[in-house]
Amino acid sequence: MILAKVLEPVVCSTKDSNFDGKKIFVVQPLDKDLKPNGATFLAFDSNQAGPGDFVIVCREGNGCRQMWGQDQAPVNAVIAGIVDQLN
Amino acid sequence: MHLGKIMGTCVATVKDPSLLGVKLLLLQPLDEKLKNSGAVIVAADPVGARTGDIVTWVASREASLALLNKFAPVDAAVVGLVDHVGDVDVQIRPSREGEVET
Repeated sequence: MILAKVLEPVVCSTKDSNFDGKKIFVVQPLDKDLKPNGATFLAFDSNQAGPGDFVIVCREGNGCRQMWGQDQAPVNAVIAGIVDQLN
Repeated sequence: MHLGKIMGTCVATVKDPSLLGVKLLLLQPLDEKLKNSGAVIVAADPVGARTGDIVTWVASREASLALLNKFAPVDAAVVGLVDHVGDVDVQIRPSREGEVET
C-alpha cells in the first residue's frame, strides 16, 4: 500500500456494472515527507475519503477485489484508509 | 486505473479466439490535467467508447475482468466514460447528437 493525497473526483455515467454507486478519485502518490512522488492515477473509494485527504491506497488487484466484495470486479486501486497521523 | 483519450480504432482480423467480438481502441493515457502521459496503447473496449471520448481504463490482470471472457489475453481495458474530472466537464457526447449510430 502507498501513501497518497486525494485530488479530485472523476464522474462516469457509463461504466462497468460492478462500479455502480462507487466513487472514483484522482490520487497523487506521496513520499514520506508528503511530497508528490510519481504520476497520478485513479482509485476507488470505500472509506468516505474526500479531496485533500491523505489516504492509503491499495494497488494490488487481489486485495482490492477482496475489499470490494466482488471477485470479478476490474479494480486494482482502492483507497483503504484515511491517514490521521504519521510519526 | 487511469484516465485516457480514445485516439482511434484498431482492427485485427487474425487474433486469439478469446478476443473475437472484442473492440480494440487506440488509447492515449492522460494525467489529471488531461495532458498526454506516455505512449499510445491498444485497449479492449467493453463499454462502447468512441474516438475523442475521455475514458477511465484499467491495466494489468484486472483488464480482462472487464470483458466477458475473464481470461482473455489483454492488459488494458476501458471501464468507464468520463463526464467530469473535478470541476472540468469533459463530456463531449451532446455535441455529437446528430451522429448516426451504426
